[in-house]
Amino acid sequence: MGLPARGKEDAEARIAHLEMPAGQAGWARLAHAQALTRFLKMGLPGRRDEYWRFTRPDDLNAPQAPPAAVADFKEAPVFGEIDRLRIVFRDGVFDPEASDDLACEGLEIERLQSAAAHDIHWLKDVYGVLEARGQEPVARPFAALNTAFATDGIVIRATESVSRPVNLIYLHENPDSDAILHFAIKVESGADLTVLENGPAAARFNKCMEVEVADGGAFHHVRAQGRDHERRAVTHMFARLGKDSAFKSFTLTANGVLTRNEAFIELAGDNAVAHIAGAAVGDGDFHHDDTVFVVHDAVGCESRQVFKKVLRNGAVGAFQGKILVKEGAQKTDGYQISQSLLLDEDAQFLAKPELEIYADDVACSHGSTSGAIDEDALFYLQSRGLPRPEAQDLLVLAFLAEAIEEIEREDIAEDILGRLKGWLQRHRR
Amino acid sequence: MKGNRQMAVLESVTEIKEGVDQETVDAVQSLSATYKHGWETEIETDYAPRGLDEDIVRLISEKNGEPDWMTEWRLQAYRRWLEMDEPEWAMVDYPAIDFQDQYYYAKPKSMAERPKSLDEVDPKLLETYERLGIPLKEQMVLAGVDGAANSPYEGRKVAVDAVFDSVSVGTTFQAELEKAGVIFCAISEAVRKHPDLVRKYLGSVVPQSDNFYATLNSAVYSDGSFVYVPEGVRCPMELSTYFRINAENTGQFERTLIIADKGSYVSYLEGCTAPQRDTNQLHAAVVELVALEDAEIKYSTVQNWYPGDENGKGGIYNFVTKRADCRGARSKVMWTQVETGSAVTWKYPSCILRGNESQGEFYSIAITNNRQQADTGTKMVHLGKSTKSRIVSKGISAGRAQNTYRGLVSMHPRASGSRNYTQCDSLLIGGKCGAHTVPYIEVKNNSSRVEHEATTSKVDEDQLFYCRQRGMDEEEAVALVVNGFCKDVLQALPMEFAMEAQQLVAISLEGSVG
Repeated sequence: MGLPARGKEDAEARIAHLEMPAGQAGWARLAHAQALTRFLKMGLPGRRDEYWRFTRPDDLNAPQAPPAAVADFKEAPVFGEIDRLRIVFRDGVFDPEASDDLACEGLEIERLQSAAAHDIHWLKDVYGVLEARGQEPVARPFAALNTAFATDGIVIRATESVSRPVNLIYLHENPDSDAILHFAIKVESGADLTVLENGPAAARFNKCMEVEVADGGAFHHVRAQGRDHERRAVTHMFARLGKDSAFKSFTLTANGVLTRNEAFIELAGDNAVAHIAGAAVGDGDFHHDDTVFVVHDAVGCESRQVFKKVLRNGAVGAFQGKILVKEGAQKTDGYQISQSLLLDEDAQFLAKPELEIYADDVACSHGSTSGAIDEDALFYLQSRGLPRPEAQDLLVLAFLAEAIEEIEREDIAEDILGRLKGWLQRHRR
Repeated sequence: MKGNRQMAVLESVTEIKEGVDQETVDAVQSLSATYKHGWETEIETDYAPRGLDEDIVRLISEKNGEPDWMTEWRLQAYRRWLEMDEPEWAMVDYPAIDFQDQYYYAKPKSMAERPKSLDEVDPKLLETYERLGIPLKEQMVLAGVDGAANSPYEGRKVAVDAVFDSVSVGTTFQAELEKAGVIFCAISEAVRKHPDLVRKYLGSVVPQSDNFYATLNSAVYSDGSFVYVPEGVRCPMELSTYFRINAENTGQFERTLIIADKGSYVSYLEGCTAPQRDTNQLHAAVVELVALEDAEIKYSTVQNWYPGDENGKGGIYNFVTKRADCRGARSKVMWTQVETGSAVTWKYPSCILRGNESQGEFYSIAITNNRQQADTGTKMVHLGKSTKSRIVSKGISAGRAQNTYRGLVSMHPRASGSRNYTQCDSLLIGGKCGAHTVPYIEVKNNSSRVEHEATTSKVDEDQLFYCRQRGMDEEEAVALVVNGFCKDVLQALPMEFAMEAQQLVAISLEGSVG
């Protein structure tokens, strides 16, 4: 199916100023070329695209990134108290000076460019491969664009259980920056890796992360994005899970003009577990979209999606979540909840929680609710002497708790909770 | 009835669940549903020429003796339809329909002139309704015998409008309804006798070019029912339409328009069957309901079109647009549907909750077996303040069938203090079928509450075991468990339909265990 002439022109204009990296091995050049073909075939998303029903892609489609002022954050960065291996990017460019030594026992960490220059590398089986698998049944053109034109990135191979998290830190210093970062991660059998992400990254940020978790491996992911920043972001997580493996991801989003977080999780081995959660708080010019696709393609797997949004003052929260249970994926346990708390009359919540099930011995459920804060609960807390703003914060935190509980490490969960409390305090009315 | 069932084609014995003994499996395999209404009435039929163009549209309009404005309205729709594309977003898959290979109008020859007495009515028509289980007394009236409606009649009365292919054969109890001021007649008759009402409301809920199939219907609808309940009147009996497709290669395009004026109440039932054929037939109906202030409409459907055989051959394509406009404050519309038939169903009975404090309810059971596909659900569009809606949908999938719930709940910014509750559950019987849920939720104000819940599971083994331990065979046990699963919806049906629906639930699942 070809694109109409207009769509082709727009797609070509979008990538006109982008360049494919030079000096790469044959397989990497092929991966880039194939991704470009995918992108040109799909074209840019339009307003009438079913998958973009709730989110206008215009800012992501524009050839140049809409500028975003560099924010001067008063508070210390998140995860500061945690012993971690820091990998720093400035406007989408790796900064070795600001980063820690990449050598770490149990981990092989390389810069994307150098890994892609090797003729023989494990990256060959991951880079662009998981992304391409995630293009069916719905097109994710910005992910294909990312694979084709990623300017920088890191690849990590975990061979044992590593307790020290790898922290990807994205600094934003140029108001016009347009960053495209690509990460490829392989968690080997029996290994355990935690990846943390934080920082506004760029005026416009396109990120793609591919995670292959081998049999019995475990991958933990905690990300804090937003922080009252004007940036636009489209991020993708592609994961493929082997037998008895575990995948847990949590995202905190606090403001940001536009955020589209896509996840495509494939439970490919029996008894794999995937949890993906998000807490989003928005006040004002904030559009936040979680688009999650979980595929059950093995027996006895468990998946959980927990997404909570607190919205106010024109903020819009969207959730598109899907559980697909393929034929033969018996004994599946699928759960999905999407909830919003609308703090005033201007907020909006748009949701499409989907189930598509082709196996009979499964238990799948989803729930979605939307409503205002419970006045009775508020009154109760006030009658116990709590001032109204504090009472409201308490109820908001209680509402978000189910998502935050998905973070396994307590110190990290505490850190995230602290961020949330700070945000709520700053945004009190 | 058990004697004449045919051998079921089951996948293979390896499919059998643990804990079911071979004897039970054999017993189940020997039973399979045969479509009860699959026979055909041999009756001479007048067709319009095959295919569709402006002349056919004019011909249909002429056959119905319509005024010019109606003809023009149809032509407008036809021209719009030519520019439209068939929708492809539903999770249904069927070969392309050749819209030129259909008859758009078919009428029994004997209906050319309305019969005056029982002797004049074509006995084949009489027999048709007898076989469909419509009581003789009603049948006399149905066949158009003047005076029959005045004979003593015991029990609850249900007035019936019987639509046979493209024409309304007759409407019962018209005289008695007239006394109450209720107009209940064929829509072709209403266009002639009550043009002001029809003109005011036709297309006001489902616009002429609302969607591909509704537009086609606007152009070629041949007949259907019309109901007007005047202000403050509680309709003295249930109204019902019975649709029968008989002629081959004929599409049925009926149009129903129900208007409940201020403070009135009406309960309306709809039933449908068709003969068993190898070719697919198209049914594209439009139903429009208008509820004014304080009015209440209860619309119940038992859809039992021929579903095709176990290999998916034949069956009706049921592409229907049903929508209610709760125009007045405190008006209420309740849709109840039991969908067991049709090869492909594409149907979303919806409510536009325009009036403040208006209410919409949707109760649905959709059962698909063999190769059936159903994509059905509802839209609840909350526009007025303090509007309420409730959605209860139960989908049951067996054999190689696909069953999708697709729905929209939309709370507009001005619909403050509104409430929605949605529950859609799916039950899967067998490992080759599919059950899908595609709800859209759009909340644009914070004082409204929306709750959506959905589950998918298989028939509970413990419940089955318990039933079997009490001496039921597996099939009865499944029917019982399934009926329990459907209870919320079955209870919302009027009594006349509840029994039939309960049996239908059991029949359509026959042969699906294993």
